[in-house]
Amino acid sequence: MRSIKHDILIIGGGGAGLRAAIAVSQENPDLDVAVVSKVYPMRSHTVAAEGGMAAVIKPNDSFEDHIYDTVSGSDWLADQDAVEFFVRTAPSELIQLEHWGCPWSRESDGSVAVRPFGGMQIERTWFAADKTGFHVLHSLFQTTLKYRSLQRYDEWMALRLLTHDGRCQGVAAMELRTGRIVPILAKAVIMCTGGGGRVFPFTTNAAIKTGDGMALAYRAGVALKDMEFVQYHPTGLPGTGILITEAARGEGGILVNNKGHRYLSDYDLGKPLPIDHHDHPKNRTMELGPRDRLSQAFIHEQTKGNVFEGPHGTYVHLDVRHLGESYIEKKIPFVRELSNNYGGVDPVHEPIPVRPVVHYMMGGIDTDIEAATTLPGLYAAGECACVSINGANRLGSNSLTELLVFGAQAGRNAAIFAQQHGISGENDLLSQTQDEINRISELLGNRAGDEKIADLRNIMTSALEEGAGIYRNAEGMQKACTTITELRKRSKNLKLDDTSLSYNTELTSAIELDFMLDIAETVTFSALRRKESRGSHQRTDFPERDDDEFLKHSLAYNTDDAPRIEHKDVVITNLPPAKRIYGGGK
Amino acid sequence: MTVDTDRIPLKISRYTEGQTTDGYDEYMVPYNEDWVVLDALNYIKDYVDGSLAYRWSCRMGVCGSCGMMINGKPKLTCSAFLSEYYPDPIVVEPLANFRVERDLIVDMDDFIHKLDSVKPWLIEGDSVPPANREYKQTPAQLAKYKQYSMCINCTLCYSACPVASNEPEFVGPAAIALAQRYNLDSRDSGKEQRLDVLMANEGVWDCTFVGECSNVCPKGVDPAAAIQQAKLESALAYAKSLIMPKGNK
Ligand SMILES: Cc1cc2nc3c(=O)[nH]c(=O)nc-3n(C[C@H](O)[C@H](O)[C@H](O)COP(=O)(O)OP(=O)(O)OC[C@H]3O[C@@H](n4cnc5c(N)ncnc54)[C@H](O)[C@@H]3O)c2cc1C
Ligand code: SF4
Ligand code: FES
Repeated sequence: MRSIKHDILIIGGGGAGLRAAIAVSQENPDLDVAVVSKVYPMRSHTVAAEGGMAAVIKPNDSFEDHIYDTVSGSDWLADQDAVEFFVRTAPSELIQLEHWGCPWSRESDGSVAVRPFGGMQIERTWFAADKTGFHVLHSLFQTTLKYRSLQRYDEWMALRLLTHDGRCQGVAAMELRTGRIVPILAKAVIMCTGGGGRVFPFTTNAAIKTGDGMALAYRAGVALKDMEFVQYHPTGLPGTGILITEAARGEGGILVNNKGHRYLSDYDLGKPLPIDHHDHPKNRTMELGPRDRLSQAFIHEQTKGNVFEGPHGTYVHLDVRHLGESYIEKKIPFVRELSNNYGGVDPVHEPIPVRPVVHYMMGGIDTDIEAATTLPGLYAAGECACVSINGANRLGSNSLTELLVFGAQAGRNAAIFAQQHGISGENDLLSQTQDEINRISELLGNRAGDEKIADLRNIMTSALEEGAGIYRNAEGMQKACTTITELRKRSKNLKLDDTSLSYNTELTSAIELDFMLDIAETVTFSALRRKESRGSHQRTDFPERDDDEFLKHSLAYNTDDAPRIEHKDVVITNLPPAKRIYGGGK
Repeated sequence: MTVDTDRIPLKISRYTEGQTTDGYDEYMVPYNEDWVVLDALNYIKDYVDGSLAYRWSCRMGVCGSCGMMINGKPKLTCSAFLSEYYPDPIVVEPLANFRVERDLIVDMDDFIHKLDSVKPWLIEGDSVPPANREYKQTPAQLAKYKQYSMCINCTLCYSACPVASNEPEFVGPAAIALAQRYNLDSRDSGKEQRLDVLMANEGVWDCTFVGECSNVCPKGVDPAAAIQQAKLESALAYAKSLIMPKGNK
């Protein structure tokens, strides 16, 4: 078996992975970098981000305010040292992206424009119309092309981390075109594989978001942190789950129930200002409240019978008609395109039907402020990582910024690590790869199996929706845990129709299902153990936040049996835990 | 295939390495007016034939991975609704003008290489703002290149392009549009370097301005216009280079 060797290996070619790759080259251009991605980098799901990216840039804004918004938005579960670093580093990262060509929307004087976003006191969300992620990803991808020390492995899938000497030293990866599995060895590895929203049935997440990197790290002994915190975005299109960005509300769109009432006013989110009032939309108020609270309000409206019924379930109306056609075309053209194509309504003339949809995982690979994991040589950044700046509820537009800030941090620190360490124990690394080859061959050749991937996937996603949705209780979560444990056994018995090696997408789906079961079990087991309600984790049997017991991160460790759940303290610096207040005042 | 009120026939091109004859498989798929062709493919893969291979990810028309020929026309399968075809059969084939790897998956290497060849990154000039300050760029300056920055690299335009089908060396619509995206950006100073690439013989001269690329583009990029502009600029630059050899101006 021949191995491939690089100084640094990055798994994932989304926003975080590409930023990390450039950071390595900036830190030390002599280091050679490999980027492994199961899709061409510009297909990564960063491409779908719409609304924008937060950083303090305008004179009326301050670091303190961005920090406060992020920490209170997180329901005090974010680590405040990390938030502080994040907020202070954000502006220079976004300006650098501007220097790399990102086509930010502009004010008439040529400076970058900002828009309001949910849970933020001040407008600080930079945007490129409503295709921010698309422009960010393409700008980053195109910028990486000028770094010749960077080698891409497009359409290669990481299957297993290789470790020796207590260090992460590479990955066994499959070239999808040929099906061959090769050890790619490196002195440091950076995981940037994105989120895992696909463990739920109704999600804004693309097909590729199956939590692979989280599962890889988990299997290598690293804890997955705060996995119970799953963000529902309040405005997805019924049926497809396609996102209608928060920017629609940031620009003045309102949410209305089937009585024509702006129902958010009934949920401690402030008083509605008329749509033509000069202060509408008001920051941290009503439609610009945080996502967890808005999604929860929907469920209450549903219970009260205040929602519309449609062929794809219940919904409310997101109304942007008052913005007018030319403003909609200028600021949120993609909202119009998506509503037209997939929602069957033109938002210029009709309200858009929307309902909460699984969107983002606050949890992920346990990393520290250096983007390092507890496994030496392994770093992680982006949605697959949990630093944590998002705590129990991420604020919209903080995630894209996080990709840059912590992607760069991971790149720099991995570069330093790689200069101090070599590759050791190659035979061991190769034999681990051989084990992986054997495992995959068995899966491919299992003629005796009788389970279908789609069936198991459907059972898993329904179990999560029922047991770990917006409101949870012990009984429902316990049931979900049991279902996932059963699926684990059944998944050993998969039968594949496709036996070929080239682009065997059924095989990759089977591997992804296996990764997703890891994610599913850490979500449900961590949720069951958190006996309180905080941010996106709301329990009907424990409706209050409990700082005495649970101002703590959950850590899920892989075992042969159910995951072992431990807890660790949250870092509090300047902002002692307080009540989250929206709708006026801090 | 028989017509069935709640089902729709799909005829799908199949290929596995080593196969020498053209092959198609036919499937009946439940008809659902909300479904796009990609949903039908996913239905087949999940419940009928797990061996069908194709690329997709975002299913919202932005990742650019799901392009295929539908009834002979290059389209994003996540944006092509079954209702546009029902009750007639839908024929799904891999994108034209590319080498097929497997079923509906084509080889993208050459396209990626072409993108890379036009130096699609911001090439700095003399007046770079300090690290804590953005370039000023007015909305009007942004509007100049905005359209060309909307390309999702779906390569539908290459499948529609008559030049690309005859001359594989042609750098092609999307790559030229991308070059123009930077050439027209007020922050960029790399136009000359890029024109060198475009002026080479597999460059813009080959385009006969059929405009098929712009017709099929799902994102309104209008690569044909970019090609025309690049042609004009290359001609000017070429004329200039005859009088003023490079590096000597
Ligand atoms: C519809 C939508 C809109 C959003 N809008 C916003 C917004 O406006 N503002 C904001 O701040 N955030 C937004 N977010 C969140 C944000 O976009 C994501 O959290 C972020 O883009 C994730 O980036 P990433 O680099 O971590 O991962 P991704 O972009 O998802 O990239 C993951 C990469 O890992 C690779 N990969 C995965 N598994 C493997 C494997 N096994 N082997 C090899 N490679 C692998 C993939 O190929 C891909 O390249 C939005 C999210 C969605 C879904
Ligand atoms: S120019 Fe249009 S058709 Fe061509 S690759 Fe770009 S988006 Fe696709
Ligand atoms: S699946 Fe992304 S463009 Fe169609």
